[in-house]
Amino acid sequence: MKFENYMTLEFPSRSCNEAFARSAVACFAAQLDPTVEELGDIRTAVSEAVTNCIVHGYPEKLGTITVRCRILKGQILDIVVKDRGVGISDIEQARRPMFTTGGAERSGMGFTIMESFMTELEISSTPGKGTTVHMRRKLQRRK
Amino acid sequence: MQFTSFLQDGNLTVALTGEIDHHSAKGYIQSIAAKIEAYTPSVCILDFKEVSFVDSSGIAVVINALRCMTQIEGHLVLSGLSEQPMKVFRASGVDKLVQIKEAVS
Repeated sequence: MKFENYMTLEFPSRSCNEAFARSAVACFAAQLDPTVEELGDIRTAVSEAVTNCIVHGYPEKLGTITVRCRILKGQILDIVVKDRGVGISDIEQARRPMFTTGGAERSGMGFTIMESFMTELEISSTPGKGTTVHMRRKLQRRK
Repeated sequence: MQFTSFLQDGNLTVALTGEIDHHSAKGYIQSIAAKIEAYTPSVCILDFKEVSFVDSSGIAVVINALRCMTQIEGHLVLSGLSEQPMKVFRASGVDKLVQIKEAVS
């Protein structure tokens, strides 16, 4: 599939970068002239994916998180959030609402929110190697 | 993390500000729990008027506050929610667990 524009971000898994990542992706998405609601959805989904890398991907140490965004034909924003952390042994379980290994400070709703706010969501993970979350959101064309 | 709180007629209002994500949530969870423990209010109102963004970490903030209030047999109310936080709470079913009033449409 042809893409019309792209960008890549790379940053350490510090929690202060959650706000940076979702804002940067929202700025990139702005060229598609999204609605306020669409922008809110994108920021929320990116925040969830990046937080997962920080909390679950690299629980013990800092690591690198990569966020790649592309604009595909037909007003589609394609986002890949990737870590080289511990990975997920059971993706099915991780996707289940309310399931978390993060304790009382986590809600276990991250994947549920990503699923409901994005058009497509795909998770691939290898224990010991890392996790990649691939999301797509089709944006309305405004007149 | 920045917030103000006040107690009136046994009701505790905690006004949250800014963006609530994993980075800021821990501080909010601890501060709200400390306020509830200190004042044992019959109603705790979390005011989201000045909150511009919430992700699933915000759900944990609400659930933890709800747990604290349930322990002292009180009620938790959310108010002043704008569209983005409201959508997150709806998608996660928080709106069915907690009373929400004065949602800003």
